[in-house]
Amino acid sequence: MPRPYALLLLCLACASAPAPSAASATPPVHLPPSSWTQEKQAVHVLNRLAYGPSPASLAEVQATGVEAWIWSQLHPDTLEDAAVLAKLSNFRSLQMSTAERLSAYQPEAKLAKERGVDLTDPEARAKLLEEMPIARQMGAELVAAKLIRATESRRQLQEVLLDFWFNHFNVAAQKGAVRWMLAPYETEALRPHLFGSFRALLGAVAHHPAMLFYLDNWMSTRDGFDLAALRRSGVPVPKQLAEVGKLGLNENYARELLELHTLGVDGGYTQADVREVARCFTGWGIDRPRQVGTFAFHPLAHDPGEKHVLGVTVPAGGGMGDGERILDLLAAHPSTARFLARKLAQKFVADEPPPALVERLARTYLQTHGDLSSVYLALFQSPEFWSEQAFDGKTKTPLEFAVSAVRALGGSTYGDAPLVKAVDAMGEPLYRAQPPTGWPEVATPWVNAGALVTRINFALALTAGRIPGTQVLLPPPGAGSGPGAQVDTLARTVLHAPLSETTRATLLRAVGQGDNDVMPDGERRPVDSAKVAGLLLGSPEFQKQ
Amino acid sequence: MRVSSSFDRRFFLKSTGLALLGLGFAPGFLARAVAQTTRRRRTLVLVFLRGGADGLSFVPPVGDGAYYAARPTLALARPSVDGGALRLDDTFGLHPALAPLLPLWQDGTLAVVQAAGLRGATRSHFDAQDFCETGTPGLKTTTDGWLNRSLQQLPEIGASAFRALALQGTLPRSLQGAAPAVAVDGLSSFHLTGKGGLDTFEALYAGAVDQALRTTGQEAFEALRATAAADLASRPPDNGAVYGKTPLARHLQDTARLVRAGVGLEVVATEMGGWDTHVGEGGAIGQLAARLRELAEALSAFARDLGPRLADVTMVVMTEFGRTVRENGNRGTDHGTASVMLALGGGVRGGRVYGGWRGLDGPGLFENRDLAIAVDVRSVLSEALQASLAPPDLSSVFPGFSGPRVGLFS
Repeated sequence: MPRPYALLLLCLACASAPAPSAASATPPVHLPPSSWTQEKQAVHVLNRLAYGPSPASLAEVQATGVEAWIWSQLHPDTLEDAAVLAKLSNFRSLQMSTAERLSAYQPEAKLAKERGVDLTDPEARAKLLEEMPIARQMGAELVAAKLIRATESRRQLQEVLLDFWFNHFNVAAQKGAVRWMLAPYETEALRPHLFGSFRALLGAVAHHPAMLFYLDNWMSTRDGFDLAALRRSGVPVPKQLAEVGKLGLNENYARELLELHTLGVDGGYTQADVREVARCFTGWGIDRPRQVGTFAFHPLAHDPGEKHVLGVTVPAGGGMGDGERILDLLAAHPSTARFLARKLAQKFVADEPPPALVERLARTYLQTHGDLSSVYLALFQSPEFWSEQAFDGKTKTPLEFAVSAVRALGGSTYGDAPLVKAVDAMGEPLYRAQPPTGWPEVATPWVNAGALVTRINFALALTAGRIPGTQVLLPPPGAGSGPGAQVDTLARTVLHAPLSETTRATLLRAVGQGDNDVMPDGERRPVDSAKVAGLLLGSPEFQKQ
Repeated sequence: MRVSSSFDRRFFLKSTGLALLGLGFAPGFLARAVAQTTRRRRTLVLVFLRGGADGLSFVPPVGDGAYYAARPTLALARPSVDGGALRLDDTFGLHPALAPLLPLWQDGTLAVVQAAGLRGATRSHFDAQDFCETGTPGLKTTTDGWLNRSLQQLPEIGASAFRALALQGTLPRSLQGAAPAVAVDGLSSFHLTGKGGLDTFEALYAGAVDQALRTTGQEAFEALRATAAADLASRPPDNGAVYGKTPLARHLQDTARLVRAGVGLEVVATEMGGWDTHVGEGGAIGQLAARLRELAEALSAFARDLGPRLADVTMVVMTEFGRTVRENGNRGTDHGTASVMLALGGGVRGGRVYGGWRGLDGPGLFENRDLAIAVDVRSVLSEALQASLAPPDLSSVFPGFSGPRVGLFS
């Protein structure tokens, strides 16, 4: 059958499949029996599959039912998200290819040199930034878009998973040409495969210039490769190879592919395997990373010999197929199944996930040939996910904390610098995790004195309206009943649980509901709802999800 | 264990009153009680230069002609030349931008280790920094750091909120682990905004269900109180010391404040970036020279500020790796192997370059590109630990390591 026909049929098949819809009567999601209230269930899925409950999302889950909501999150295209897309449409750089970004956005130092601007002169610098699209604007748009989507998108699980897989396949903006490739990395390599097969995701990442640059594979060549010698001997050298200056094997990508992307550090590979995998990927490079920035395979740089990886022989002469072969092997490996199952269980259930759950998820992975949606569904339907220990059992990362705080008070954001800087100060500068491990998922690295004080200060600043570009909604001061009732209402909105007597007394004391706050005629000073909300967002309970 | 010791610590703080000690009018019997429970240990201060500092420009082997052959545009001129390196001995000079450190070298409080590194490590920044901080080169599964493992062996004396402190945004790998450690980016930003928040948040966190949050909250609020009570953040420097505006200067100024306030500080970790000089590294002036000047001015202000109390401090300056012996095509240098370490403060047998010199064409050259390792980083760190915290079991701080002694400390 000619290819176009096959594609057409495939598309028709997609179209004629029963359209999954949030409104369908019996969504194929089956939760274990639970004694939790509907509100508690809704809060839990919003804490884990979303960036925390907002009043609107809580109402939505309760209206559609938890099962239908989970199903719709697993099929994000069925969710209308026009408001967010409209908000993002101003970000020009996000729609550009790497090559367009490379030509449109220059590093500021380079621009300053060209135009003779002294960057140490604040005025001259400000003028330059105003006039020229510079690389920093590209970074600001990327971060703003991430914060807007996390806060406001209805496709919450998609954004949670994008963050998860970005961390899994981490690249960092500060490494060379990577920052020009970041938005394309998300839209081309990650987003299309979040709900599909892991092999497809792994392949898209392996081919992407952002990863090839970050882990140096673009400079990895067969041993003895000598560009100058090839030139001298009259071999035509394609211009795509011009920037490959280094000679010889670079193990960086091969090692992280095994250790961090697939098998895991205890996945049963040796140093010899690392080297052999690196040989398989020689020649997987980039066409001029600072001008074009697209994937290019360089046959001249590839090691054509036979390789042996994890007991499998890769015959000589396989060319670019060697790498594909390795990705097949790794994606189907039981160690990969276990490693990914554990990471997903750690993300969605507990820092130390129950081993039985990990085993079950790994089995699902192998049985479905690495279908990620099947693994997610198994996870969300598991009794462990719905266990009492799992509820509020994880500590929020700085990103989760900041975004969930805005959402909790029905807020919105333009992702402007003050919010970005706040997340930065709490220890998670976005897109700038330097090590290939990405940002940690577990609590320990995030819970320290300085970070805690920074979180508390952020909570107070946010509710006091001191994070320009990001707003929250507070009940009007003194609205309705007495101070106790007002504190209770805010606590329910933010924490979704009644306050303990001690906490309640602490909060009332903090907002000064003492004798001085009552006038002789009995009129009370209105409760400072911004302060109460700030204390609640800074409380230990709100650090958990 | 943690819960009860934290309680004791709180009790101790509240009943003896850190604020009293801070203000300097602790009653005599209390001061004696503190002295009895507090064996005086030197504070260990670790400065990590991130990016791979070029040891051959830091402490150039000006007595070796091969150095000049390898670095036609980057080499520092001999000490005899105007603007050349500062003379340390017949073989080595000091980069001229490090001139503020020369008095410390001359009075014997500063020592240099040339060609220090970790065997079996790597030329990747990530891995090399990790290995330097876990203290287990080649082993990526180590979860805690060597500083934390040292603290784990020692009883918590002095009940300090500032026992182990990272003056940087996040807790570095070296301080991660079971022993409590606090990370703050600076004393001046370490306060709660608004009025009256401290009591409220302290009460909220004392009731936290999550133990890590409860303990960290306690640590944070104790540290906040200590900072506020002793007015630490605004203490001016002593002895006419003048600190620059750089992050490192700020962090060292805070360190000096805490050392002088006697708040029980045992370990400080801080860092400085900007050492990855692949392109346009510069010689006596330029990119690297600017970094070196920043470092030297901060260290010199710190030493001056502390005055005689510098003897209560053991400071080590280190980096994850050195750089290639030969300069590259971009007048810079690429990732290499061995680099320089500095030791400064009490007990240092200074005024000497340790490690020796084996030239750049024989055993001194590694893989025909890098400066070979003469001293294992862990030897220097072990000796610095012995001179300061003195953990009883060094073999569990650096598992599997038993390197030769360098003899850096008396």
